[in-house]
Amino acid sequence: MKRRSFIKTTAAAGAAATTAPAIWSEAKAQARNETLLLVTESPPNSMDIHGVGTNRPAYEVSWNCYDRLITYGVKKDANGNDHYDYTKLQPELATEWDLKPNSVTFKLRKDAKFHDGTPITAKDVKWSFDRAVTVGGFPTFQMKAGSLEKPEQFVAVDDNTFRVDFVRADKLTMPDIGVPVPVIMNSGLCKKNATATDPWAMEWCKNNLAAGGAYKVERWQPGQEVVFARNDDWKNGPLPKVRRVIQRIIPSAGNRRALLERGDADISFDLPSKDFAELKTSPKLTVIGTPIENAMMYLGMNVNQKPFDNVKVRQAVAWAIPYQQIMDSVMFGQALPLFGGADNKFKGAYWPQKDGYKTDIAKAKALMAEAGYPAGFETTLSFDLGLASTNEPLTILIQESLGQIGIKASINKIPGANWRGELLKKNMPMITNAFGGWLNYPEYFFYWCYHGQNAVFNTMGYKNPTMDALIDKARFTTGPEYEAAVKGFIDIAFEEVPRVPIFQPLLNVAMQKNVTGYRYWFHRQLDYRQLVKG
Amino acid sequence: MLNLLLSRLATAIPSIVGVVVVTFMLTRLLPGDPAAYFAGLAASPQAIAEIRAKLGLDKSLPEQFVGYIGDLLHGNLGNSLSTGQPVVVEIATRLPASAELTLFALIVAVAIAIPLGVLAAVKQGTWIDHTCRIVTTAGVSLPVFFTGLLFAYVFYYLLQWAPAPTGRLDVFLSPPTHITGFYLIDSALTGNLETLWGALRQLALPAISMAIFSLAPLARMTRGSMLAVLGSDFIRTARASGLSPRTVIFTYAFRNAVLPVITTLGMVFSFLLGANVLVETVFAWPGIGLYAVNALITSDYAPVQGFVLTMAILYVALNLTIDFVYGLVDPRVRLDS
Repeated sequence: MKRRSFIKTTAAAGAAATTAPAIWSEAKAQARNETLLLVTESPPNSMDIHGVGTNRPAYEVSWNCYDRLITYGVKKDANGNDHYDYTKLQPELATEWDLKPNSVTFKLRKDAKFHDGTPITAKDVKWSFDRAVTVGGFPTFQMKAGSLEKPEQFVAVDDNTFRVDFVRADKLTMPDIGVPVPVIMNSGLCKKNATATDPWAMEWCKNNLAAGGAYKVERWQPGQEVVFARNDDWKNGPLPKVRRVIQRIIPSAGNRRALLERGDADISFDLPSKDFAELKTSPKLTVIGTPIENAMMYLGMNVNQKPFDNVKVRQAVAWAIPYQQIMDSVMFGQALPLFGGADNKFKGAYWPQKDGYKTDIAKAKALMAEAGYPAGFETTLSFDLGLASTNEPLTILIQESLGQIGIKASINKIPGANWRGELLKKNMPMITNAFGGWLNYPEYFFYWCYHGQNAVFNTMGYKNPTMDALIDKARFTTGPEYEAAVKGFIDIAFEEVPRVPIFQPLLNVAMQKNVTGYRYWFHRQLDYRQLVKG
Repeated sequence: MLNLLLSRLATAIPSIVGVVVVTFMLTRLLPGDPAAYFAGLAASPQAIAEIRAKLGLDKSLPEQFVGYIGDLLHGNLGNSLSTGQPVVVEIATRLPASAELTLFALIVAVAIAIPLGVLAAVKQGTWIDHTCRIVTTAGVSLPVFFTGLLFAYVFYYLLQWAPAPTGRLDVFLSPPTHITGFYLIDSALTGNLETLWGALRQLALPAISMAIFSLAPLARMTRGSMLAVLGSDFIRTARASGLSPRTVIFTYAFRNAVLPVITTLGMVFSFLLGANVLVETVFAWPGIGLYAVNALITSDYAPVQGFVLTMAILYVALNLTIDFVYGLVDPRVRLDS
């Protein structure tokens, strides 16, 4: 062996490592200009938003490739960036609709076609809605949130007319038709690929689109990349400017940032706060951070266990959290504070909002003494390791601060896979966690997080009949009565403080200067249809 | 030789059966609840129960095991929930990526380590020996993910010599026609030079970071084993008989010293194949290690079982190959077994 081969191999390796001009052809350079390269952390696991265990990146695929009947309008947010407008519903497949007390009738676009060329009819819409309320799991659950519960509610009147009959008057019904779940699927194509045991073609749709939306999937290498090509025949909205979108999975956050800074990637979505704070000053990039609607990072206490069953103890904890320190050294200032308001009362019919707590150790100590725990107690503080980059420093700061009022909290890190299971058991004494609701209504958040129906997200196991009555009332009323109900439950939440709001997180995105048109969406996925690369 | 092979194969079967049982039990014993994990954001207890039933997790363990074995006999390793694909397909597409990286790294490592080890032994105590010691100590003390990150930072971010760490190919190149799954081989076979060059460029940094790490055991083993052989009587005789140093070192000494090096090579290879998850993460390499770790994080049973099983079979095959190579290199081995 092999001196010669040694020299040869090392020489070859050396040559590979050094730079050489890439062998670009004209056509490739052209393709590069018309292609948007998106780098992201986790890959989609399905093409079907109704599937079992479909993950968030898959919602993005579905959102860009499928149509819905209606969508939301756009407004400018406080920083002048585009922001979807939840008060304005706009046509997508439906060109107009007639909302009556007991039903709504949609007129469908006449020349709209699926990717395979078949016209989109009301039969497809009915089939798709039936599928969403029948297959169970998340889609059915989400439909139910808008009182869309059973197939009998959906009627295909004729080819271009579709009617939804209401089971009750629910102001969330219309908004719920614009969320990512009720997509319009090609029923003929699906039925062709259905089997006796799988009448809704769940198996086939996992890997194939039965869609008619603005983008088609040109190539999908699971876990690596998805290549989207524009559907040039799309009629349900303004034709997107970007012809191709390549979504590449880059697991390392550092490399995503490097790619962006070197100009090799066009856009990076959902950045860590630290990167966001640092990239903000970069002259080469546009960075946008939008407060995530109806979302908060909070500390939850299990009200069914001693000592957190005592409201004074909970208030003591709320007065002991090092809020400002968390904002500065955990979030690098990239979040909205939910503490230090003028008082502990309702400030308007929006959510989340500031409560009156701030760091006041003396007050916290006094409350602990009043509660009968002058010497403090021992407990555990748990968090989801899947979100360790925020949770870890956050819990350490809280641990330190609680130590000052005599609460010895040991930190319990729970692996991402176990987190849901542990939440369901509802026996962790104290946790830090984040929650965000799609539909931007306070009562929607409270229904999940404070209502005695005890959903998973009521992580505190909080039950209060007065609050339940107010939440239920707010869901089905409007006007002053509505506002009174919202005021009622927010005041209770602040006073009883089973969960201590800490901050409202931001959704961060960074892109090259030549990429414009970014729009924030409530589902917190990227919409390619409005982006422009020029 | 055939007998040897058959007897080795026979001993391999119980270990594979053992692996099947143990991985099944282990994944079930892990505390995670996949149904809760995959139920999604708005999970209600009913939704989770529905998903549990769909995944077959509501059945008793023996029932699940029988189902698993039945699927296994049909060559079905189940479906991954986190990527939505059949595990067999995933492993088949990802194993070549890992294997290509590992083999390439190993070739680079061998090409450097063996000459270095031989030289260090022949010129014991000289600067070459010291260089060998420094290089190997430095290599083994730098964790792979660290060298990987450092390389990406220096050669991509600062110097722009290396391409963007975006996986096996540049975003705008399409993968070569699938023949072996090894991009280098496939693109060479189809004469697609642009892809060959692109794949080689992507491969360079991760492979070199892995090679640096595996230099140490190989070079040290070569050196030690060469020293032992060079000090033995038959080498003294060979030298005394006036054979050229070249013949003495390569024909007499090296051939006798190579056996422990092959053992080490086998170990290093299996270690690299399993442990390159960190390099895969840093360089977005769509390999099998990354796949298995992601599956573990999400309590996705099927890929974890599939991964362990594949690895077990690979290790068995590797050991068989090494036994076989022993026989080729050193005829005495045949008599021993």
